[in-house]
Amino acid sequence: MKLREIAHSRTGDKGNISNISVIAHEARNYPLIERFVTAERVKAHFSEIVHGDVTRYELPQLGALNFVLRDALGGGVTRSLALDAHGKSLSSALLDLDLPDQEQPG
Amino acid sequence: MRGIRLGAGAGYSGDRIEPAIELAEKGEIDYLVFECLAERTIALAQQARIKDPRAGYDPLLAARMRAVLPICRAKGIKLITNMGAANPVAAAEATRDIAQSLGLAGIRIAAITGDDVLAAAKERNLTIEDTGETIRSLGNRIVSANAYIGAKPIADALAAGADIVITGRAADPALFLGPLMHEFGWCWDDWTALGKGTLVGHLLECAGQITGGYFADPGFKDVAGLARLGFPIGEVREDGELVVTKVAGSGGRITPATVKEQLLYEIHDPARYYQPDVVADFSHVRVEAIGPDAVRVTGGAGRRKTGTLKVSVGYIDSYVGEGQISYAGPGAEARGRLALDIVRERLAIIGVPMTEARFDLIGVDALHGGKASAGRNPYELRVRVVARTESIEEAIKIGNEVETLYTNGPAGGGGAWKSAREIIGVVSALIPEKLVRPEVRFIEV
Repeated sequence: MKLREIAHSRTGDKGNISNISVIAHEARNYPLIERFVTAERVKAHFSEIVHGDVTRYELPQLGALNFVLRDALGGGVTRSLALDAHGKSLSSALLDLDLPDQEQPG
Repeated sequence: MRGIRLGAGAGYSGDRIEPAIELAEKGEIDYLVFECLAERTIALAQQARIKDPRAGYDPLLAARMRAVLPICRAKGIKLITNMGAANPVAAAEATRDIAQSLGLAGIRIAAITGDDVLAAAKERNLTIEDTGETIRSLGNRIVSANAYIGAKPIADALAAGADIVITGRAADPALFLGPLMHEFGWCWDDWTALGKGTLVGHLLECAGQITGGYFADPGFKDVAGLARLGFPIGEVREDGELVVTKVAGSGGRITPATVKEQLLYEIHDPARYYQPDVVADFSHVRVEAIGPDAVRVTGGAGRRKTGTLKVSVGYIDSYVGEGQISYAGPGAEARGRLALDIVRERLAIIGVPMTEARFDLIGVDALHGGKASAGRNPYELRVRVVARTESIEEAIKIGNEVETLYTNGPAGGGGAWKSAREIIGVVSALIPEKLVRPEVRFIEV
């Protein structure tokens, strides 16, 4: 199962730091996301792009995680040579993450 | 309980204008706020002002003012905007001229200045946050230094009877916090109230990004009517509780999901959102649908402000040259890779000094590296070569070497395009708040 099937995401940028939210469509799927979408996994997923630390913040009442990725925007939005200098498309890359398939109820 | 309605009429400088007209006409709003100033915009505006002392404000100011001033005047809606950019006084004068040309009278326009801290930043030799170097290390390449000022001067201008408030660099949420402070008389050390007001501003400042814009993913997150997207209205009660809604019948949608995405947009630690007037805490925010396109937001909080303000320092960073050309059909990727190899070799042969370069295949590896699309053989792709140089003359050579692929490169290259540009970089620093002195100047129509 892809993360996209149970969550949505948005990227924001400040300087050379990107933040990516991962938000469960349904609250019941939040524990699965919290368990499998770790800071380490996100850093590995973006190994070609993100050169700094990845920090994860949890907001269980919203069913949401917020990832902060340092040294992630080619030196900073204003000087980056990247086609997507803001890293706006990174959220779509994160939703491509594989998750274990859930047990079907019944 | 008393409440006011704030409309967000723009989420960036080039944003659509009709949604703002719709808000003014049908939104039953008390304030219309235009947030139009990105990190780099003010540095570019400062360069424009150096060339022409009457320039340096938002290029769409006149179009926006002409579109909404008559409606706002008729309905008593107050306008707040950072469209002043590097020249709020000239923006206020231009607004006065437009009001006069529309036959409007009795309008009090406030221009807020004091965010330009270039002299103080140089004198204090502020430290650049990312590099740890001082701003003097940028030498004569510095073009601007602007502090993010808070909501106080905006609230003061409103208290003095302003109908229109025009700022330069102000913190985006402050454009919304200002009218809340003025209307509700919250205290400037009521950190919880300031945190709630900042939450209102943060959610509304990107306009369509909370009403279903920047959200649609067909089959997963469908949004109807994006071509006539409605912009948000924040209905705020005196106790700081917020309901986000929009004009009935406008495009887009407001759901807990759209609100959550915007809540975390450009946020690092949700418990510490640093603002000029408060350190806002969004970590316990809750959202709840209370009707169609109506979401209640509660739980905003805040802590004492830091006493320092963020400063955006603009400087001439480098020059960038770029060229692109497309390949398609069988073997497109092989021809694209050959094209990249040829340009790489050409740049070495003619000896263009580059400090950084990228050789991308758009459609294969330009956005997220090659890992994600390995082995997929796209039908069409676009070669992109981009490099940083020390002069514009060298930057021009980058695109030229892509363009010459037409007659010298692989078969079937089409649609070549090139550019060379100066890059204004922006770095951040912190300045003690007491060194920044905002001033309010009034212009009457």
